[in-house]
Amino acid sequence: MTDLPLLTIITFLPLVGAGFILFVRGEEAQVAANARNVALLTSVATFILSLFLWFGFDNTTAEYQFTEQQEWLPAFNIGYSMGIDGISLFFVLLSTFLTPICILSSWEAVTKRVKEYMIAFLVLETMMVGMFCALDAFLFYIFFEGVLIPMFIIIGVWGGARRVYAAFKFFLYTLLGSVLMLLAFLTMYFTAGTSDIASLMAYDFAYGMQIWLWLAIFASFAVKVPMWPVHTWLPDAHVEAPTAGSVILAGVLLKMGGYGFLRFSVPMLPEATEAFTPLVYTLSVVAIVYTSMVALVQNDMKKMIAYSSVAHMGMVTIGIFALTQQAVEGAIFQMLSHGIVSGALFLCVGVVYDRLHTREIARYGGLANNMPRYALVFMIFMLASVGLPGTSGFVGEFLIILGVFQVNTWVALLAATGLILGAMYMLWLYRQVIFGKLEKDDVKAMLDLSKREIAILAPLVVLVLWMGIYPASFLDPMSVAVENLITNYQVALEAAGSQPLAAR
Amino acid sequence: MYVAAIFLPLLAAIVAGFGRHFLGDRGAQIVTILGVGTAAILSVPIFVTVALNGNPQVIELFTWIRSGDMDTSWALRIDTLTAVMLIVVNWVSFMVHIYSVGYMHHDPSIPRFQAYLSFFTFSMLMLVTSDNLIQLFFGWEGVGVASYLLIGFWYHKPSANSAAMKAFLVNRVGDFGFALGIAGVFFLFDTVNFSEIFAAVPQHADTTVTFFGVEWHALTIIGILLFIGAMGKSAQLGLHTWLPDAMEGPTPVSALIHAATMVTAGVFMVTRMSPVFEYAPTALAIVTVVGALTAIFAATVGCVQNDIKRVIAYSTCSQLGYMFFAIGVSAYQAAIFHLMTHAFFKALLFLGAGSVIHAMSDEQDMRKMGGIWKHIKLTYAVMWIGSLALAGVPFFAGYFSKDMILEAAYGAHSGVGMFAFWIGIIAAFLTAFYSWRLLIMTFHGKPRADEYVMSHVHESPAVMTIPLIVLAVGAVFAGYIGYDVFVGPARGEFWGESILILADNDSVGAAHHVPGWVPILPAAMGVAGILTAYVFYMLAPGIPGMLARTFQPVYKFLLNKWYFDELYDAIFVRPTWYLGRGFWKSGDGALIDGVGPNGVAAAAKNVAQRLSRMQSGYVYHYAFFMIAGLFVFVTWYMIKG
Repeated sequence: MTDLPLLTIITFLPLVGAGFILFVRGEEAQVAANARNVALLTSVATFILSLFLWFGFDNTTAEYQFTEQQEWLPAFNIGYSMGIDGISLFFVLLSTFLTPICILSSWEAVTKRVKEYMIAFLVLETMMVGMFCALDAFLFYIFFEGVLIPMFIIIGVWGGARRVYAAFKFFLYTLLGSVLMLLAFLTMYFTAGTSDIASLMAYDFAYGMQIWLWLAIFASFAVKVPMWPVHTWLPDAHVEAPTAGSVILAGVLLKMGGYGFLRFSVPMLPEATEAFTPLVYTLSVVAIVYTSMVALVQNDMKKMIAYSSVAHMGMVTIGIFALTQQAVEGAIFQMLSHGIVSGALFLCVGVVYDRLHTREIARYGGLANNMPRYALVFMIFMLASVGLPGTSGFVGEFLIILGVFQVNTWVALLAATGLILGAMYMLWLYRQVIFGKLEKDDVKAMLDLSKREIAILAPLVVLVLWMGIYPASFLDPMSVAVENLITNYQVALEAAGSQPLAAR
Repeated sequence: MYVAAIFLPLLAAIVAGFGRHFLGDRGAQIVTILGVGTAAILSVPIFVTVALNGNPQVIELFTWIRSGDMDTSWALRIDTLTAVMLIVVNWVSFMVHIYSVGYMHHDPSIPRFQAYLSFFTFSMLMLVTSDNLIQLFFGWEGVGVASYLLIGFWYHKPSANSAAMKAFLVNRVGDFGFALGIAGVFFLFDTVNFSEIFAAVPQHADTTVTFFGVEWHALTIIGILLFIGAMGKSAQLGLHTWLPDAMEGPTPVSALIHAATMVTAGVFMVTRMSPVFEYAPTALAIVTVVGALTAIFAATVGCVQNDIKRVIAYSTCSQLGYMFFAIGVSAYQAAIFHLMTHAFFKALLFLGAGSVIHAMSDEQDMRKMGGIWKHIKLTYAVMWIGSLALAGVPFFAGYFSKDMILEAAYGAHSGVGMFAFWIGIIAAFLTAFYSWRLLIMTFHGKPRADEYVMSHVHESPAVMTIPLIVLAVGAVFAGYIGYDVFVGPARGEFWGESILILADNDSVGAAHHVPGWVPILPAAMGVAGILTAYVFYMLAPGIPGMLARTFQPVYKFLLNKWYFDELYDAIFVRPTWYLGRGFWKSGDGALIDGVGPNGVAAAAKNVAQRLSRMQSGYVYHYAFFMIAGLFVFVTWYMIKG
C-alpha cells in the first residue's frame, strides 16, 4: 500500500468519475439517473479510499505522510508534491465524507441539468481534496482557486432567485483576496527560490517583508473564513445556493481559510503572526458578538445559520492565533465539528425547504407534531451547534476557551459570550420552527423524514455524538503535528529575539 | 453495580424514547420505572459501602478529551458526598417516575415524558459522580437540556416555550462563568481532575494572577467564577428569574428537577470544590451574602404569590439560599444535610400540590381553591407534613437541618455569618408564614371554585399517593436519622475526604457550642409565622387585603417579584434585539455592503457608463482625444527633460 500514490488517487478519482458522466448519452431521464449513480459511486469509493489514510496514519510523527513527489515544472523548481499531516488529515476526510452526502441530498431536489450538476460536484471534490494535500504553494494555489469555479457555477446555475448577484459577490470577494495571495506566493517564491511548503516554512523571511506577505495572505484567507467585516458574501451565497452547495460551502470551503492560516501564515511568517494577533483577536471577537446578534434577528433560516457560521468561525480564528496546544487543537476540532454540524443544519433546512419551498422561519411552526423524527434530529444538531457537552460542538469550543484563557483572559471572556448568544438564536430558531401549535394547513401536510433523508442524516448524527463522546480518535492524530507547529513557532520567535507569549 | 446504577436510567431513556411504537405507553412506563428503580435500590448498598464503611471508589471508563496537558476521562468518582446524592437523586426520581404514571395518564405523549425523566436522572447522576470538572459540566448541561425539554414539554403552549428558553438561557449565563472558572482552574493547576486539583490547592493558596488586566488572588477569582455557574443552576439572586417560570412544566418535573435535584447541583458543585473555596475566603463571603439575600428575597416574594406552584418555587429558591450561606460559612455538611432533607419535603410539597391541582381539574390559582381538605384528606395530611418540615417545626426533617445551618452561621463568628444568621431568622418566620398561607388558602375556608370543579374534587389514585407517603416518611424521619452522621459527632468519619474544611473554619463544630437561645429562636420564629398566618387567613381574613391596600407600593413591589424580569428585559433582552437589527441593516447592509461590494460595483458601473459615452462613433471626437493625448505626452517629456 505504501508505494501506491494514494493521495493522487483520492484526489483525481472524482475527476475520473466526472469524465465518465461527461460521456453519458441518451434520454434525459436516463442520463440523470446514470449521472446520479456514477457520482454517488465515485464519491463513496473516494471516501472509502480516504479512510485508509486514517487507518494508515502514524500518530507519532509530525512529518508529512503518504508523500508523493513528481517533477512538474523543473525549470522553475516547482514540483507536484502531495502529502498530509495531522492537521490536514481530517480536512481531507471531511471533504470526502461530505461529498457523497451532498450528492445523495440532491437526489430529488435537483431535477434540471443533473449531469452538469454532478460533474460540478465531483470536480469540486477533486479541487478540495487536492488543496488539503498540496505541499507546494503553487499547486495549493491552483487547487484553491480551482474550488471557486465549480462553486460559482453551482450557485449561479442551480441557486435561488438572486443567484447571479450572490454568485458574483462570492466570486469577486474571494478572487480579490486570492490575487493578493498569488502576489505573496510569487514574492516568497522569488525570495526563497522554492515553492515547496516545507522549505518555505524553514526559510526565514525578513520582518518587514513578513508583514506585507502576512497581510496579503490574510486578505485571501480572511475572506474565506470569513472574518468580520468581509463576511457579507456568505449569507447571500448560502441563501441562494442549493442545499448541497450550502453544505459544502459551510462544511469545507470555510475551512480552507482556517487551514491556510495554519499552513501558511503561522509557520511561515511567525513574527508577523505575533504582531497581528491582536488584530485577529479583535476581528474575531467582533465577529462572535456582532454576527450572533445579527443571526438573532434573521427571518430566513439559511441566513441565520450562515451568520452563526461566521460567529463559530470567529471562535476558530481566535483558537488558531492563541497558539497553545489546546487552542489550536480546539480550533481544528471546531472546524471539523462545524463542518459536520452546520452542514447538517443546512440539510435540515433543505428537508423542510423541499416540502414547503420557503425558508422563512415564520411560515413554519409546530413541526414536532407531524415530524417527530425530524424534530429529534434537528434537536441534536441544534444542541451540537450550541456546544452541548457530549456533542462535537462542545469539545472544540471548550478547548479553544481553555487554551485562549492561558494567553489572554479578556479574549476568552468575550469569546465565551458566544456560549450565551449562540444559544439564543439557535433556541429561538428551534422554537419557532419545531415547537408551537400546528396551525397552517400546508405545514400540517408535511411528511416526516423519508428513508433517503434518514440515510443522509444518520451518519451525521453518529459522527456528532462520536466526536463528542470519544474525541480522542480525532484529537490524537493531530496532536503531534500541532505540537510541532507551536514549537517551531516559538523557536522562530525566540530566534527573532521577541518574547513569545509573554503578554497575557 | 456502580456502573449499572448510573447507566440504567440512560438505557431506560433510550429504550422508552425510541421503542415507543412497540412498547406503548404502559411499556415505556414500566421500562423507565424499572431502570430508575433498580438504580435506586442499587444506590443503597453503594451508600453502605462507600459512605458508612468509608470505602470511596473511582472507576475509570475511557478517555474523553486529551489535548496536550489536558487529560480527562469518563470516570465515576463515588465518595460519601456522591453516595448521599445518589440516594437523594435516585429515590426522589424513582418516586416521581411512579407518581407520573398517575399524574400524566391523560397525556398523549407519555413515552416521551418518561424518557425525558430518565434522561434527566442519568445526567444528574453523571453530574454527581464526575471525577473532573469537564464531566461535571457534561452532567450540568445535560440536566439543563432535560430541564429545557421538560419545561417545554407542552410545546403547544407559548408560555411553556418561553419559560423553557428562559431557563436555558439564564443557565447559560451561569455556564459562561462556570466555563471560565474551569479555564481558570486549568490555567492555575494545569489539570481539571479533582484529585490533582485538590492536592495542589495548598501550594497555590497565595498565588496571584493577572486576570482581565487586574491582579487577583487566583483562588478567589476561580471561586467567584465557579459560583456564578452555581448561581445560574441553583437560581440565586440575580439569576433566579427562570425558576418561577419553570413551573410551566408538568408538576412531577417541578418536584424532581426544580426542587429536589437539579437546582441543588450548584450546592453540590461548590461543596465538591470545597478545597478550593476553603482557601478563598473572599469568595466564601460572597457566597454567604448572595445566599442570605436570596433566602430573604424569595421568602418575601413567596408571601404574596397566588399560584400554588409559584409559592413553592420561591420557597425552593429561598431554601437554596439557606444552603448557600451555610456553604459560605464553611458548613458544607449542613448544606448537604439540608439539601437531603429539603429534597424529601420539597418534592413532597410539589407532588402534594400536584395532587391538589389534579383534584381541582388543573386549577393552580389558590384564590380559586379553599375548603377542600375534607375531600382529599391524604393529600391534606402530607401537605401538612411537608409544611411542618419546611417551617422547621421541631422533630421534622427540616428542623434539624435548618437549625444546624443557622447555628453554624452564628457559630462562624464572622460579620457575614451574623448577617446571614439574622436574615435566616427573618426568612424562617416568612417561610412558616407563606407555608401556612398556602395550606389555609388551599384547603380551608369556603370553597371558591365553581360547583363543577368542586363536584369533581377527588383523592388521587394509589399510584400517586404511595410516592407521597414514601416521601412523607422521609420528610418526618430523614433529619432525625441523618443528624448524627451528617453534622453530629460522627461527621468526620462519615464525610472522610469528600469535603475539606480548614481547622479554623469548622463552623459545624462551633455550632454545637452556641448560646442556648440560638437553637430555639428559629423554631420559635417558625411557630410565630404559623400563628401569624393563622390570624391573617383564618381568624381575620380582612387583614391581608387591608395591608396590601395600605402598603400598596410594597405589595406591588413584592407581587412583581422585585421587578427583576422587567429590569432584565429593559437592559438585556430588548437592547440585544435592537443591536442585532442595527448591526444587520446598518452595519452589514449599509456600511459593509454599501461601501464594499455594492459600492464598488456601483462605482464601476458609473465609470463604465461615462466611458461608454465617450465612444460616440464620431471621428472628430476620437481625433480630438488623440491630439489631446499627444499634447499631454509631449508636455510630459518636455517638463521631465
